[in-house]
Amino acid sequence: MKQFEPLTRKSDAQRVRYLIVDDSVFARKSLARLIESFGGEIAGEASDGVSAISEYARTKPDLVLMDITMPQMEGIEAVERIVQAHPEARIVMVSSVGYQDNILAALQKGARHFVQKPVKPDALYEILRYVLNDDALASPVNAGGEVSR
Amino acid sequence: MRMDLIQPFIGSLDAVLAEMMQAPATIADLSMEEDGYRRKGTAAEICFKGQVEGRVILDMDPMAATFVASSLTGGEMDSSAPLVAEAVCELANMVIGNAVTQLNDRGFQFKVLPPSILTAEQCDKAGQDSEATILCFETPHGKVHLNIAMRYLARRTRERAPVAVA
Repeated sequence: MKQFEPLTRKSDAQRVRYLIVDDSVFARKSLARLIESFGGEIAGEASDGVSAISEYARTKPDLVLMDITMPQMEGIEAVERIVQAHPEARIVMVSSVGYQDNILAALQKGARHFVQKPVKPDALYEILRYVLNDDALASPVNAGGEVSR
Repeated sequence: MRMDLIQPFIGSLDAVLAEMMQAPATIADLSMEEDGYRRKGTAAEICFKGQVEGRVILDMDPMAATFVASSLTGGEMDSSAPLVAEAVCELANMVIGNAVTQLNDRGFQFKVLPPSILTAEQCDKAGQDSEATILCFETPHGKVHLNIAMRYLARRTRERAPVAVA
């Protein structure tokens, strides 16, 4: 699998921590694998909107990857509730259904970006860099794969 | 069968397979379902409701399903692993999600229901007023079947509309 220049937090040079929310175990595992290839750390996982809210409060991740269609509480409602409680939350929607209405609703509720499945690793990496903006930087990697500062 | 409704599903499966398998897929066969559908491998079913109603079955040869599950999660597994069935469900979700997005952009309204793993060997024939098309895609890792049964309900909506009287 392609390895990307690790994204680290500017403030303390630590790995970026992610919360993955998706009702599919397979989707969570494949997203986790991508995050690891970006040098990230999985702070937590949730399989529905309700547990996403509690996991966010518990883990305080730098970024959330959120599915839309889920049981109990859908992703868009979870975004609204998380952003109400934590206005600094950075949430990227990751869904196979990319209706314009869905995208607009998610952005209006506070999501920062939208990625349609199947996720293309390069596209997701660029979006994460963009969403993390001032709080993260891609560390240069030397040929041996080690991070150089 | 309205090809303008089927085409987004074909294009979507083609794109999803290319992305997930990193290899080309070609249509090897196209047929109409006659006596119900006989499952070939690991399959998932997704139903949708709205102006067009129906269901789609994504059915993958065990080798193809195992390849996708293994390559995307980074672990070796056999075809009976629960994650393999989960992978087929998620692939079905992507195919239907992408197709329905295209159709929605053309003005069709849908509600997609969550995918379920299809365990029955033999499925009932699609409803009397539905037509089911079965597409077989060939990939380097095995065959992938897509069974699409749908009916277009917009005419019924028009039939229910009040008639203007001069």
